[in-house]
Amino acid sequence: MRLYASCVYIFLYFPIGIIVLFSFNAGRHASQLQGFSTQWYGKALSNPFVMDALQTSLLVAFTSALLASLFGTMAAVALQGIKGPVRTVFDMLIYVAVMIPGIVIGIATLIGLVTVFDQLNPVLASIWPGDGTPPKLNMGLGSLVAAHTMFLMALVIIIVRARLSGMDRALTEASSDLYATPFGTFRQVTLPLIFPAVLAGFLLSFTFSFDDFIIAFFVAGSETTLPIYVFSSIRRGVTPEINAIGTMVLAVSLVMLVAAQILLRRGEKKSK
Amino acid sequence: MISTGYEARPAPRNKKAIAELRGVSKRFGDVLAASELDLAIAEGEFLSFLGPSGCGKTTALRMLAGFETPTEGDVLLDGEVVNNLDAHHRPVNMVFQHYALFPHMTVEQNIGYGLRQRRPRLPKATIAEKVGKTLEVVRLIGFENRRIWEMSGGQQQRVALARAIVNEPKLLLLDEPMAALDRKLRKEMQIELQNLQRQLGITFVLVTHDQEEALSMSDRVCIMRDGKIVQVGSPQELYDHPRSRYVAGFVGTSNFFDGVATKSEGQSVSVRLANGAEVEGRPMVDAPIDRNVCISVRPEQIKLRREGEGESVTVLNCIFLGEHTEYLVKHQTLGEFLVLSPRQSELNDGPFNTGDTLLASWETSAALVLDSNP
Repeated sequence: MRLYASCVYIFLYFPIGIIVLFSFNAGRHASQLQGFSTQWYGKALSNPFVMDALQTSLLVAFTSALLASLFGTMAAVALQGIKGPVRTVFDMLIYVAVMIPGIVIGIATLIGLVTVFDQLNPVLASIWPGDGTPPKLNMGLGSLVAAHTMFLMALVIIIVRARLSGMDRALTEASSDLYATPFGTFRQVTLPLIFPAVLAGFLLSFTFSFDDFIIAFFVAGSETTLPIYVFSSIRRGVTPEINAIGTMVLAVSLVMLVAAQILLRRGEKKSK
Repeated sequence: MISTGYEARPAPRNKKAIAELRGVSKRFGDVLAASELDLAIAEGEFLSFLGPSGCGKTTALRMLAGFETPTEGDVLLDGEVVNNLDAHHRPVNMVFQHYALFPHMTVEQNIGYGLRQRRPRLPKATIAEKVGKTLEVVRLIGFENRRIWEMSGGQQQRVALARAIVNEPKLLLLDEPMAALDRKLRKEMQIELQNLQRQLGITFVLVTHDQEEALSMSDRVCIMRDGKIVQVGSPQELYDHPRSRYVAGFVGTSNFFDGVATKSEGQSVSVRLANGAEVEGRPMVDAPIDRNVCISVRPEQIKLRREGEGESVTVLNCIFLGEHTEYLVKHQTLGEFLVLSPRQSELNDGPFNTGDTLLASWETSAALVLDSNP
């Protein structure tokens, strides 16, 4: 059993370890180690294409994580007030949304948005005042943020819901008994108590969006996110530069995940 | 008609009713949690809802607080129907069973919470002053900046109390506030709570399943069972003049003999017991003739003697309780029952022992004819 478990972990983490190791390789070839160097990090960070993709990725990740935590929290609080079969249906839909493969979300969002844009663009052109060319709705940053937000919202809802259902209902009742309006109760009692979960949801969403390749590949249009850049450069061969980017993405993701875990743990303790 | 004089009374006269339940029923799906509750709560009184869990006492309290809307009937506060008034608009505060203190706030912030919700806003200085005074009342000076989880159970309870009374509510609702405390602390808190109620003059409504707690603290007790009010009265009234077997059994201990009422003469009723014996008793219910009734005799109302009048009984067991001795005796037709004898009577008659044959007697007025059912 132990041996089996060790094998699983080796298979899982050995390739990742190799990437980290080779990102510090002084040599140009990805297959042989030639001493320690951080030159590839410098190269990666001074490459304008990488920086462009990184900027896009950060922007998309930040925006969609922010929107997802905002709407996800609102949805979670609203769902908490619903009981019976309606709630069961919503709960199931949310779990399904998390489990749907990214490729399905990607294709579905692409087809959906393209159809909508095709319908809307002529309308927009016809009502556009003035002489200039009317704006054309297209795949790009907007569609990418929209697709990510939709997908991440389900994640935030699950995290916040777990926290909400662990919260003593008497706390909100006590607040309302002490003359607080429903919004006052949310602002002064509910939100502070679920905030660690909201923040954890934000960090996880950020990580998921930042790392996502599949959905972005379908809906990003002409935009290039970091994972898309890595994918397209790999076709020209794996360079230590790619390894360096991968290692940096890994580091950022790990930090976010650990932070999210700490927040969730601490929130749990506090509520007891 | 035989009048017992102990109808479920409205609030004591000459005092105005601060809160009222008028024919209030509450349904949760198929469950009738409260059924046709009629009760007036007088200004300044200490009233307890007493009953086993699931009897509807908490539902009644939650309807007063505004957390539940009655399915039927009206809830009145200060003479106004408040059925659809949300909890945050009612001048009523509640001490929750597990206190429900806000874990992310300090003691001071918890207590000042209600004051901070007032619109127009109260000046900061006023809030601080009121919180300070209340901290003094509940003896928590010096704990202002403590976190809730740094406080003991008894201290948390006082914070919960302070958080409610600082708002000077018209009605203070207490939902089993002592349930989470250990026995010794509970006794202390009961006395403290009673003193506090007298000192502040706020109307207290307590929910409890602990009869001792209800009887020792309240001006009036409202006994509930299966969603209905069984009897309302002062602890003394409930003890001396219960109207049903349920109340007599819930308030103190008693001996019960089941039978059918046969005839009534003036202030006494004859009851034929299941085994054929006839027992006389004082009716606590109206016109009991031909109905299944129950005779209740408190153990301390029964006299045991060696000679004189009385029915012959055999002592089965004695338990020495200091000032009193409790005897389990057996009568030929009545069966086994309990007798509580003061020490004095033993000194006169010599100590009774297991196996002794004695004479037991009681006044007809001590044998109460009650409803068998609540």
